[in-house]
Amino acid sequence: MSTSVIGAAVSRIDGKLKVTGAARYAVDHPMDQIAYGVGIHSTIANGAIARIDTSAAESMPGVIAVLHHGNTDPLFRPANPFEHDSRAGESRPPFEDDKVYYYGQFVALVVANTFEQAQDAATRVKIEYQEVKPLVRLSDAPPPSGAPARNYKRGDPDGSFKSAPVQIDFTYTTPAETHNPMEMHGTIAVWNGNKVTLYETTQGVVNHQHVMSEMIGVPLEDVHVISPFCGSGFGGKLFPWPHSMLAAIAARKVERPVKVSVPRSLMFTTVGHRPFTQQRVRIGATKDGKLVSLQHDVVTPSSIIDAYAENCTEPTPVLYSCANVSAQQHVVHLNIGTPTPMRGPGTTPGLFAIESAMDDLAIKLNLDPLDLRLRNYAEMDESSNKPFSSKHLREAYQKGAERFGWSRRNPKVGSMRDGDLILGWGMASCTWPAGRGSAEVRVRLNADGTARASSATQDIGTGTYTIFAQVVSEKTGIPVEKVDVVLGDSSLPPGPMSGGSTGNASVLPAIAAAAEDAVNTLKGVAVKTEGSPFFNADAKTLNLTGGRLHTQDKSPDSGVPFGEILKMRRLAGIEGQAKTSPDENSHKLSSHTFGAQFCEVTWDPGIARLRVSRWVTVMDAGRIINHKTARNQILGGVVMGIGMGLFEETRYDQRNGKPLNNNFADYIVSTNADIPELDCIFVEYPDLNLNEYGARGVGEIGLTGVASALTMAVHHATGVRVRDLPIRIEQLLA
Amino acid sequence: MQSFRYSQPKSVDAAVSGISQSGKFIAGGTTLVDLMKLNVEKPAAIVDINGLPLDRIESAPGGGLKIGALVRNSDLAWNTDVKQNYPVLSEALLAGASPQLRNMATTGGNILQRTRCYYFRDTNYKCNKREPGSGCSAIDGFHRIHAILGTSEHCIATHPSDMAVAMMALEATVHTRGAKDERSIALNDFYLVPGTTPDKENVLEPGELITYVTLPALPQGTRSHYLKLRDRASYEFALASAAVVVRVSGGKIEYARVALGGVGTKPWRSKEAEEALHGREASEHTFRAAAEAALKPAKPLRDNAFKVELAKRAIVRTLQVTTQTA
Repeated sequence: MSTSVIGAAVSRIDGKLKVTGAARYAVDHPMDQIAYGVGIHSTIANGAIARIDTSAAESMPGVIAVLHHGNTDPLFRPANPFEHDSRAGESRPPFEDDKVYYYGQFVALVVANTFEQAQDAATRVKIEYQEVKPLVRLSDAPPPSGAPARNYKRGDPDGSFKSAPVQIDFTYTTPAETHNPMEMHGTIAVWNGNKVTLYETTQGVVNHQHVMSEMIGVPLEDVHVISPFCGSGFGGKLFPWPHSMLAAIAARKVERPVKVSVPRSLMFTTVGHRPFTQQRVRIGATKDGKLVSLQHDVVTPSSIIDAYAENCTEPTPVLYSCANVSAQQHVVHLNIGTPTPMRGPGTTPGLFAIESAMDDLAIKLNLDPLDLRLRNYAEMDESSNKPFSSKHLREAYQKGAERFGWSRRNPKVGSMRDGDLILGWGMASCTWPAGRGSAEVRVRLNADGTARASSATQDIGTGTYTIFAQVVSEKTGIPVEKVDVVLGDSSLPPGPMSGGSTGNASVLPAIAAAAEDAVNTLKGVAVKTEGSPFFNADAKTLNLTGGRLHTQDKSPDSGVPFGEILKMRRLAGIEGQAKTSPDENSHKLSSHTFGAQFCEVTWDPGIARLRVSRWVTVMDAGRIINHKTARNQILGGVVMGIGMGLFEETRYDQRNGKPLNNNFADYIVSTNADIPELDCIFVEYPDLNLNEYGARGVGEIGLTGVASALTMAVHHATGVRVRDLPIRIEQLLA
Repeated sequence: MQSFRYSQPKSVDAAVSGISQSGKFIAGGTTLVDLMKLNVEKPAAIVDINGLPLDRIESAPGGGLKIGALVRNSDLAWNTDVKQNYPVLSEALLAGASPQLRNMATTGGNILQRTRCYYFRDTNYKCNKREPGSGCSAIDGFHRIHAILGTSEHCIATHPSDMAVAMMALEATVHTRGAKDERSIALNDFYLVPGTTPDKENVLEPGELITYVTLPALPQGTRSHYLKLRDRASYEFALASAAVVVRVSGGKIEYARVALGGVGTKPWRSKEAEEALHGREASEHTFRAAAEAALKPAKPLRDNAFKVELAKRAIVRTLQVTTQTA
């Protein structure tokens, strides 16, 4: 009975705050005497600042300071990779020197009394550059030299490919994409003596605190990061970006709080992106579609200053059963800002290539795409020779196929119709690694009958607040609405980053243990407090049910509300705390989330109009803690995947590295009108090897597989095989 | 954005007499404010005309419709008369922008909407439209969204309006008021192709104000339709669009007006297509011939070559739809 709150479709406990506008996001925090920082950004992608003239700007009304590399105390580099929890988006601090490495790099910051004054003044700062021709396209870059970022091999992939009766050899590309959360990046920095408070929008308050401490050069305890709400991050807010450091040093310099908001146009340059990928996939197979060789060679660009590798080969050795596999990743360096993880990093573009190659094989062999996947089903993780902690992908395929009606698919191109429209059906596999990090949580039981749970993790819109309340409620019987959850504050016990779909699996055991710790302390109070009905009883014989403490042999009604016990002892409350460690089973088992996508597109050849008309997603994600928020994550992933398949591309000007479509009119994402009714179901097998609730993460997997399912459906409808995303009208017209 | 003076005249007289050389009228502000934030438009004065009595849709004397310059796009789109008699206009309006923008944008403002060319909107690029004589960054840049009709070596920017394309096919007339006199200009003559002066987009004199747009009455049996083709289903400028106004009698096309959007440097009326339709049998063959004729003058570039075929298909489909027997 008490477990019913786990798995229920619980509405977000912060939902009302959000829909009424009462939730306070980073730059919403009101502040006396605040000054506004507006950035000046390079309009070249490669070179150096030759001259900077700030005199006109400085003489304008309301302008307090114009900061740049020539007049600012140096910042420091983050200690990553030498220390944990200290990764910055860009390892080079802003204003380190006069160099320009990408278009849109911060080169100065105007600080003024009002936002308008700062903006106006920013246009009056004159900057002359020494420009060098930038490297913007993959083809501009010198070929990768040195050791590959990843080099995996098992068996004899080359030899077995050459001798394979059937061969597939294609190159697939995915474009650069921009995260574009609705809430843009922004920071308010406030100094009090030597201590700085940063109001942030971040996916990791702990990492943010560490990085800022290192980069602005103040002790860790003097940096306080507050991020109660985050208007989504999609990975772009995992690591601090230059504006955050600039807000901090500007506030220190002008001795006032300073707010720096990143405008939409610069969300495309200076806060990370998903880099484009070029992926050659070679498959050798038998005539009945059994893989004998799989080779995946990837080139992705990073910036000049960092070596970020988009880990496209992550799923390559794991997804299918194949004795001979190689996966190689190379990084080249371009004059574009540093890439950063974007929802389903690596695996999402990687799966597009692998799954597309599987579809190419299915087409070549005239095999049903689902049948081909079943013929190559991996019963274990062949990369590590470990069993999966829990894998029910076969059932996910089956359920999805049934729900979608896959068996009615006529494989002939253009053969299925709905009136004048041609239908195309596609499917794909999904996968995402499941992991679990350490987490520390505090749970307090209050004398007024409420509870409070806290941790320095954060809710980035996924429902973390609600999950905390659900677990505390399940362990104590206190209703969800009486559990106050406090997150997004670096002064709380350190919690995990919200990334990699690990948040849930990491915090669940810690919340549960902290709640149990609190309950045990409560029992101790009950048996040691005179006047308590349980005075001198054995604490082990007590139970807390529905918020009432009672002896195990009697009904909860016979007991007393736990708050009464605390009042008898004149306690305001008692606290439990727990710290859990990373996945202790990871050395024995391989943990992944799996799933399947099935989709239908409609094609109107007369006007080259392609639309998505049906979608079925089946997820094998362990136990679902909250059906509302989990479903929301999967559907959001599919929507983003449809954008990846059909629309999204950050288009850089080859001449100067500017993202030309740096706004919401020109950077095309899915609108409601593009999205049909989405069907999402879960096959629920608790993965008890990962945590006591058996839950894996669902933040990213919804996006995987979507784009290749779409290109398969498009081929089925049109006969055109698209290997370069996004699928565009011009490719279909050709 | 830079500082400016602001005034709110209460009459058309006051508005046109009060505006300075470097002043701009503002109505919905959906283009102007956007461009001011980008420092592309830097007016010294803003004359807010929202208080002028130009917000009504009336029957015109002698038939047709008289649309005030301040009528909002939403109001025009959902007007019963427009929906019934000029469906092409209602469809074009509803294919444009988003509901929020349509609630603000006005009839006069939409006619004067500026291009979405990336290079026009960024003052760090060369642009003959923004800064005459500076050059064109679009021609050797990325030009998937750019024009294939009416271009010159100085400018390839498209006119972005959907509404104006429908009005072009409806043979609308623009009525203006200058400091001295009133003028009535056929919409097709109102717009200019870029030639050597891309900064000059229309025949309005400085300080001249659009007051009304009139649409002629259409004879019984005339049908019309607007079709917009683009990547996504909503909130995107046209890659190619077509507006047609057609009347068929005894299987023959008796009357046809064809205009294109998303492909021209101005809302593009195709007399070539109309000629290819007049008096001919309403058939696939005729439609395709009209489409071929319309795009014959096209000058495609590397990234926008597909627009030629896309525009043809838009023409054929709109003709199919409007000539279908029920």
